[in-house]
Amino acid sequence: MTVTLFIPCFVDALYPRAGISMVEILERLGHQVVCPEEIACCGQPPFNSGYHPEARTIAAPVLEKLADAEAVVIGSGSCGAMVKKFYPELFAGTRHADLAKQVASRTWEFSDFLVNKLGVTDLGAKFPHKVTFHDGCHGLRELGIQKQPRVLLANVNGLELVEMPEVSCCGFGGTFAAKFPMISSAMGEVKCAAAAETGAEYIVSSDSSCLMHIQGLLSRQGKPTKTISLAEVLNTR
Amino acid sequence: MSTSVSEFKTRAAEKTGDLRLRQFIRTALRGYETARDRRKGAFQSWESARQAAAETKWEAVNHLDTHLESLVARLEARGTKVHWASTGEQAREIIAQILRDKKARSIIKSKAMTSEEIHLNHALEKEGFTVVESDLGEFIVQLRHEAPYHIVFPSMHLTRDEIRDLFQKELGDAPSNTPEDLTMVARRVMRQKYIAADVGFTGANFAIAETGMISITENEGNARLTAALPKTMVTLLGIEKVLPRFADLALFLPMLATAGAGQPMTCYNTMYSGPRQAGECDGPEEWHVVLLDNRRTELLADAEQRDALHCIRCGACLNVCPIFRNVGGHTYGTTYSGPVGSVITPHLRGLQEWKHLSNASSLCGACTEACPVKIDLHHHLLQNRRNASAAEPAFFERLAYQIFGILANEPKFWWLAKKLGWLTQPLHGAVKGSAIDPAKAWTKTRDLPPMPMETFKDWWRNRK
Amino acid sequence: MSERENILGRIREALQTRAPFPGSHGETVAPVSAGSPASHAREWLPSVGASIEEQFDLFARNAADLKADFQLFASREELKTGLLKLRDAEKWTRVASHGGTLTDFACQALGLPAMLTDRGYDVQEMEKCDAGISECDALIAQTGGVAVTSRSAGGRALSVLPPHHVVLARREQLVADLPAAFELLRQKYAPDYPSMISFITGPSRTGDIERILVLGAHGPKKLTIMVF
Repeated sequence: MTVTLFIPCFVDALYPRAGISMVEILERLGHQVVCPEEIACCGQPPFNSGYHPEARTIAAPVLEKLADAEAVVIGSGSCGAMVKKFYPELFAGTRHADLAKQVASRTWEFSDFLVNKLGVTDLGAKFPHKVTFHDGCHGLRELGIQKQPRVLLANVNGLELVEMPEVSCCGFGGTFAAKFPMISSAMGEVKCAAAAETGAEYIVSSDSSCLMHIQGLLSRQGKPTKTISLAEVLNTR
Repeated sequence: MSTSVSEFKTRAAEKTGDLRLRQFIRTALRGYETARDRRKGAFQSWESARQAAAETKWEAVNHLDTHLESLVARLEARGTKVHWASTGEQAREIIAQILRDKKARSIIKSKAMTSEEIHLNHALEKEGFTVVESDLGEFIVQLRHEAPYHIVFPSMHLTRDEIRDLFQKELGDAPSNTPEDLTMVARRVMRQKYIAADVGFTGANFAIAETGMISITENEGNARLTAALPKTMVTLLGIEKVLPRFADLALFLPMLATAGAGQPMTCYNTMYSGPRQAGECDGPEEWHVVLLDNRRTELLADAEQRDALHCIRCGACLNVCPIFRNVGGHTYGTTYSGPVGSVITPHLRGLQEWKHLSNASSLCGACTEACPVKIDLHHHLLQNRRNASAAEPAFFERLAYQIFGILANEPKFWWLAKKLGWLTQPLHGAVKGSAIDPAKAWTKTRDLPPMPMETFKDWWRNRK
Repeated sequence: MSERENILGRIREALQTRAPFPGSHGETVAPVSAGSPASHAREWLPSVGASIEEQFDLFARNAADLKADFQLFASREELKTGLLKLRDAEKWTRVASHGGTLTDFACQALGLPAMLTDRGYDVQEMEKCDAGISECDALIAQTGGVAVTSRSAGGRALSVLPPHHVVLARREQLVADLPAAFELLRQKYAPDYPSMISFITGPSRTGDIERILVLGAHGPKKLTIMVF
């Protein structure tokens, strides 16, 4: 299968290892990976701030570039939700309305694609550490992704998964983190405390944006807990 | 910046800094979650029940006119006096006039968020009436001259010591700081007030169109007494409280208790269909029901967000909301706080003035998941953002997104922006977290991740 | 125009536009039932068991959870013994009640001064009674609670004003679940409902101070349900 891999802007600029891991995993599974270089961003920042015309300016070319893709795989639950759930809403009543629905139906979040499209659950990875998993809210509640990453982690050699005592948002929320930093940070502190309760060495997530927020707080507070993307864990040998 | 947003930010900064209170609220709400999950688990299908409740409310709200007419006709047929109020001011005047007509002096009140919404106590006290809140939590916050912290748990922000000190100061009676002793103080004080009150005032949880009933849910028995002892009873309810059928309560009562407090059923669920009837031995001689619009019809006119009128005020969305948990109820500056408050306040009190509540959300969706009547809460927050930006775009914010759009659509510019970011990264260290740091909103509490020289796209291009 | 017409007019105008059917964010959700969703409530509410024995067990467990005292007797004579035990243990000197087959029997058995509400009563006097003894319309297995009305249980105040509410009932009054209780009330009273119908589920309670449960907030601290 030819997989069109959509690497979100912050993964591209800040967490290339996460993107590289996705490419290597998909190629190892025998698929041809293409990465449209011209795609920078899904348009979620203006969309979430309520600026729909500005969001369409960014999202329309993305849609057009994804028009012929056999399967679109997005390395983030948040951007995945943008394309799968919010593009049809954003383009409703425009000339892109049908295309938005078509692309949405062929779009997958990375872990969901592995488990539910490819039927792959064991990637032969080895990561001998105690970890906890953070569910990005968009992936969890917009796309209903909860079991997929856990199934994949269960098959990683040496990995011990300890769940946090509560499912909670990390407090990132895109521009929310900058508009209401005090609330965002307070939420992040709750998240870090929940992760600390598990005694995990690593916080793993499908969403690098959440990890950026969590890691930002951990580093500032000098906490030893580390963060790592799910793809990187799955790409270990 | 409007005053409500700056006040919101000031209070949010203050409350998020109060680690003791945050922990106190978190512990309480974790206890709630455990109880709620246990009760939800007892349902054969909580999800189907939610869908059914949403459908029932949809039916009620989307035929509101006929249901209201049926409700009112049946109430009136049994001697209840029904009043209609388009605004809070009208409702206050109707109620004050009833009190004047009855030459009433003291009013005993059971919990009603609708009365908070129209600032009833303040208006009645200004006219010289004595108003006593009988719900324990409401009584406590009334003694403190503050608004309820939470629509279901009004005094959840206070410790037993604070309440003991309050009772000592205001009532001169606080034998200890145990919840048991303090509750008994309130019970003693209130007993005589019920008996002496001229008018009993209540809110309502549901109104039944089919049978002409008002249903009140409570745990303490204060509403039962309020509706039993005084000679005159007044009930204020929002027009959206209607349910089509009597039997609908078989579903809604346990769902309200489960979602609201993690209880299988609230202690007293009482349906009133009239004042004291022939052959009955007690109850009010007169019952006045005041139906309140107060811009609910404006929310009704927004078909996209009409389901916000499904709200049964259970408080489940507040309880799970990480924003509410960290900033607390008073920070919102609204009658209805938490996610549902952030959704409806812009409709009830003005979009531009209250849009910040819709922005103050990470859109995590925990509220929508918790809502027993399936209000699409977090998406409504997004719609409020869209409506606010479309009506009055913020100049610099829109400009920023327009520039962002130009960068994102031109790969060369995008590449250049990333490289500039990488190059200027070492300089950022010098100003990090300071007043001139362009990223200070982030860096005040958080580190920024290091930008690698080679981006994903560099790697992709190089390996080809 | 009256406010009634104004409000109804605004409602009708608002309802010109159709609202999306409930279900999160436009997802297609199959309606769970046609017509009256609540008529299917029995399939979703907590299960109750099929036999009467199971339902009485459930009622007992639920009542215990609620900190209500549920006593099941083999006969009316045993119930009488139970009542006398209660009277002696709590040192009752005066009770409030109302006319009814079971309440008349109880008042006679207790041999105490009884204030009956039927033809009006003095509130201060009722407040001084040690217990309010009433009948009820139904016992509900699903919740461990009872349904009373202003007609079946001596008015509005009797079941909440005295510090101890004693409910007397016969075994046959047990219904399985809430839908059955609502159906029973409908059949018994519609369209002339008593002006108050109350589902009492455990003794009065509050958690308003640090979410710690305290019984007897305003209503009775004790609820005893005696069934034979």
